[in-house]
Amino acid sequence: MIHVLLITFIITLFYMAIANRLMTYIKVLALQGVILFFVVFLQLSEINTLNLVLIMLETIVFKSLAVPLFLSHLLKRNNITREAEPFLPNFVSLVITTFIVVITILISNTIKDDNLDKIFFVVALSTLFFGLYLIATRRKIITHVMGYMVIENGVFVLSLAVGNEMPMLVNLGIMLDIFASVLILGIFLNKIGDVFKNVSVDQLSNLKDY
Amino acid sequence: MIGVYLLGALAIAIILFISRNKILVYSLAGLFLVLQSAFAIYASFHYGSTESIYFTYDSLGVILLITMSIVAIPALIHSYIYIENHQENAQARAIYLTSMVLLIMAISAGYLSNHIAVTWIFTEITTLSASALIYHHRNKLALEGTWKYVFICAISITFIFIGILFLSLSLQHAGSDDLSFRNLLARRAELNPVWLRMAFLFIFTGFTAKLGLVPMFTAGIDAKDKAPAPAGALLATVLMNLGFVGIFRFYIVIANTPLLHWAQLVVGTAAFLSIFVSTVYMLKVKNVKRMLAYSGIEHMGIVMLGVAAGGVGYYAAVLHIILHAFVKSSLFFQFNQLYRVFQDKSIYHIGNYFKYNATGAMVLLFGFISATAMPPSGLFVSEFLIFKSIFDAGQIVLLIVVLLLLTLIIFAFGKNIFKVLFIPAVGFDDSNVEKISPWESLSQFLFLAFAVYLGLNPPAIFVQLLKDSVSLLPI
Repeated sequence: MIHVLLITFIITLFYMAIANRLMTYIKVLALQGVILFFVVFLQLSEINTLNLVLIMLETIVFKSLAVPLFLSHLLKRNNITREAEPFLPNFVSLVITTFIVVITILISNTIKDDNLDKIFFVVALSTLFFGLYLIATRRKIITHVMGYMVIENGVFVLSLAVGNEMPMLVNLGIMLDIFASVLILGIFLNKIGDVFKNVSVDQLSNLKDY
Repeated sequence: MIGVYLLGALAIAIILFISRNKILVYSLAGLFLVLQSAFAIYASFHYGSTESIYFTYDSLGVILLITMSIVAIPALIHSYIYIENHQENAQARAIYLTSMVLLIMAISAGYLSNHIAVTWIFTEITTLSASALIYHHRNKLALEGTWKYVFICAISITFIFIGILFLSLSLQHAGSDDLSFRNLLARRAELNPVWLRMAFLFIFTGFTAKLGLVPMFTAGIDAKDKAPAPAGALLATVLMNLGFVGIFRFYIVIANTPLLHWAQLVVGTAAFLSIFVSTVYMLKVKNVKRMLAYSGIEHMGIVMLGVAAGGVGYYAAVLHIILHAFVKSSLFFQFNQLYRVFQDKSIYHIGNYFKYNATGAMVLLFGFISATAMPPSGLFVSEFLIFKSIFDAGQIVLLIVVLLLLTLIIFAFGKNIFKVLFIPAVGFDDSNVEKISPWESLSQFLFLAFAVYLGLNPPAIFVQLLKDSVSLLPI
């Protein structure tokens, strides 16, 4: 069952690669949060109940409710147009995403380790690289934030792989999640939208050496 | 004591944040300096002991903590001058001082932590406080710098976390879940090499954002440019040292495994690329503050080359970051006075500084000599030792290329500094130039002289601490 959920998680990445509208991205992020909720429930069977409830609350409340609501609030507040405006056509995005997944599968095949469920490794690493790809190829700053959220989800999957042995690391991951998201979204909500009206990275190139 | 220090600093930060009373705020900042110095003295007297499980007063931590505490004193004094000159409102002053206190606290605790996850947490806190400092001016450019810094640091912090996860996988083979550096070193033979490699790659990449190496150096440049100069001095020196600590402590573990050669290759490549990149930027940079920041990238490249070369290079690397902290911070403190005279950062609008502020011009001249490692600068000694270690490692070609690049850097640095010092700026109206008291340059002179002293005639206890800090590395 965990494998089915994790494969669904990978499929959401493909969907994200070809999505056109920002609202779709936000919905996919919420869906990823829900998937992670069930993965946590099934995977972390050995840790104590209080900690488990805490982690599950983080996935369902923070990842799939608070962040998506906040992002859609930002969209409305700053009047950001609904298109994602990629630098590359969607077809190329899809091909590159496929490459990323295939390469991570090849990498994982070279590793021999009984302690690690390989599918966690594949999902985490391809999510990480996909997030970086998303950041590099979209024009709007808010899609950079979404790319960062995707990376966070990937890291969360990886921390679940070692979660039963070291629950401390999962908690640290949650701390990173909340801390970095609040920092990034805080700046985004309060400042960037007010100062730069139509938010695109082209406007963030004034710091120069001369 | 570390608990008292952290709680005390936190309490001071909270009161600073809510207080709008000028006298109270400045006396609290002074109180924090007392606390910081007391903590440094306490740490040096309890050398070698461990407190609160996660903090050890080891040689590297203590020596950097003392450096930090010394640099913090003029940093806060110059912050006072800065705030009073800009007539900042009470809120901006409160946020600025709170972030300074939190930054210094997080860096100090990060130096001393003996557990990689704890180092990581304090690195995260430095990102938060540094971003508040970068955004101090509340304008468009400051916002751009803050956004880039926060975003790149968030990604690199995530990278470090991924590295820690891989490290925990590597450690599972050893049947242990204690991620302290000591435990890692003790079980080095049982660590899984594949996961260890991945862990090192991610942790190294993550910490380069703080250290200022290729690939993540870009955000730091904008940060040092946009932050007020006294805060920039901390970002350009002691915060970089925190990145060094993060990498170096983990490097000690990996250097004692069969992966040593591979790790040398990774670190050496990143270091060489940093020197190359900083040369390219130094040749074309026209903004004095950014030039100083790029010079920092060059120095960190040299330091990491020393670490990669091994042998006497380890000793020289630790010596170099300490001397660099004094030299570069004094240049940053001086920059503020330069800005007050010319109201500009661009090299085109600055010139003939000797005419307006002779004392400050002397600081720039001596700082230039020190930062380019010309004798009698202390950095000359450490750089010479690093070159010797590269020579001993048999990398003659690398050494020649690095020396050529450094020559270019000295040329570019000198060209800009001598323009600032001697050649009048075109169209500069000097009718109402601010007179600057020579006393404001005192701390810079002291720092530059101290760096010469530490380099040429190091006290025996200092040499002993340096040797202890690299004693765990293989020769």
